[in-house]
Amino acid sequence: MAELVLFAIVDASFASIPNLLNIGIQSATLMLLALPMTLIIMSEGLDLSMGAVLGLSGIVLATLLARGSTLPLALIAALAVGTMFGVANGVLVVKLGIPPFIATLGTLGIAQGLAVGATGGRSVVGIGDALPALYAGRWIGVPFSIAVAAIAYLTLHFVLYQTPFGTYVFAIGGNREALTLAGVRADAYHIGIYTLGGLMAALGALLLTGRMNAGHPIAAIGMEFDAIAAVIVGGTSFERGNGWLPGTFLGVLTIGVLRNGLNVMAVPSSLQSASIGVLVIVALLLDSRRRRA
Amino acid sequence: MRAEIVALGSRVASVLLLATALALLSDAFLTSNNLLNILRQASLTFLIASGVTLVILTAGLDLSIGANVALSACMAAVVMKSTGTIALGVATGLACGTAIGILNGLMVTLLRLPPFISTYGMLWMLHGTTYWYMSGETIYGFPPGFRALGSGYLLGIPVPVYLMAMCLAVGGVFVRYTTFGREIYAIGANKEAARLSGVPVRARLNLVYTLSGAMAGLAAIVYLARLNSAEADIGEPLMLPAIAAVLIGGTSLFGGVGSLSGTLVGALLLALVLNGMNLLNIHSNWQPLVTGVIVLLAATIDLISRRHAEARA
Repeated sequence: MAELVLFAIVDASFASIPNLLNIGIQSATLMLLALPMTLIIMSEGLDLSMGAVLGLSGIVLATLLARGSTLPLALIAALAVGTMFGVANGVLVVKLGIPPFIATLGTLGIAQGLAVGATGGRSVVGIGDALPALYAGRWIGVPFSIAVAAIAYLTLHFVLYQTPFGTYVFAIGGNREALTLAGVRADAYHIGIYTLGGLMAALGALLLTGRMNAGHPIAAIGMEFDAIAAVIVGGTSFERGNGWLPGTFLGVLTIGVLRNGLNVMAVPSSLQSASIGVLVIVALLLDSRRRRA
Repeated sequence: MRAEIVALGSRVASVLLLATALALLSDAFLTSNNLLNILRQASLTFLIASGVTLVILTAGLDLSIGANVALSACMAAVVMKSTGTIALGVATGLACGTAIGILNGLMVTLLRLPPFISTYGMLWMLHGTTYWYMSGETIYGFPPGFRALGSGYLLGIPVPVYLMAMCLAVGGVFVRYTTFGREIYAIGANKEAARLSGVPVRARLNLVYTLSGAMAGLAAIVYLARLNSAEADIGEPLMLPAIAAVLIGGTSLFGGVGSLSGTLVGALLLALVLNGMNLLNIHSNWQPLVTGVIVLLAATIDLISRRHAEARA
């Protein structure tokens, strides 16, 4: 909250209603990635492929739309591609036992290679009116992207804190042994966490493609870093399955406000990434100090 | 030792097999020009991958190398352009790479952050700094004496190949025959046991990350000399191939197992694959796909051989 006040003092245009709405719209895609990333990090994992999978799903979505497919059909195809990558990540990590950062680095390369190779590195334009119209619409006065992010947050919050699945997610990172001994199919749930990551990345592609009115193969490269940053800043720890979904909500807002505030102050986006890098290291540091104390 | 020789032999065999296949598929493959190009490409990959090999031997990881190469190359380019002195530019590049390595080491040893996430944070810090510093500019046109480091020939063999051979010889002796080197393996095999038997774990880890940074600095110089131009994005396609070369070269992700000669074979294999794609007219846009598959294959082979060894033990 301190940075909100700071940016408001530095620049009056920061605190205007349109700008605050803008922060929400820009943060919506990040929220969709940060939510499953929280569960993945809680399970002592990591997903570096989310940005690339989002990019590939966006290309699938835009290409199908450009070829005259209906929006629901194109969306289902994009979600299927994202889900497939999520399942692949899960199987590589859980069944084969490849360390998550290497497994998802490999799938990052595959998704990025497919997206850039198939498009020749060019944007897919001419996606018709259906998606832009949906994206520009409002649900009970709330912009579409914010509504999607809010529904995603509330759903995941309910699932994590009110259902057995949520309990299992906490246990996978915290005490997997006990979970297995209790007869729970821990592997299946663990793969499910990564699958959710792929699915949500594809849902993020819906928002990003709508916002850009085109599919771009490398537009989302590095977005997973913002998501990881939001999760870590939000207080979820890499060890012992300690996670906090409301913290991730605040983390996403922190990153969104930081990027927007730096934008308003005309700081180039490259330095924004650098400052988020610093933020991650500081947050990790505070976390490790707290654990040792 | 015997198992190691078998493992290395099987990799050399796959290099030969791939080369034979390419020779049959394309007439352009078996020309001395093409073969020297492959060797040069493998040398560049090896320079970056050799430092990463040491880091992975300690069961760590350095994801910042590509971004390190980019920043070091850009710094070297700026200094060389503004002072007009080759030596100053080279020194700047090496110093920049080494300094980043030292920072990575301190994050792992002093702050005790997990290496994969701290070097990943470092990646984005370097990436942002480089883009901001270059602000879209390209610096090009360096003195011929400097460019020879990347694209020159000595006795008909590309200069980077000599650099690679030198690093392999020095590094190989260092890793295999000095106490330092053996301690690196000991840390990777069992950190706690190494500490209890008197290995200065923190000092060795610092050294390993520093070396990884320094090698990225050296690679940046050679890369810059080869391209004859510096842009903020030149490091982006380098990280995945370097890690792929280390893994396909038989260095285990879990530490304690592997060798620099293995990484050289890995770099050769990768250069052959990319060259083959080139000869078969497959666009370089598809490269990340191929490297990604190789990383996953190598990691899977690593796991299977590990389980195999555990089952026998």
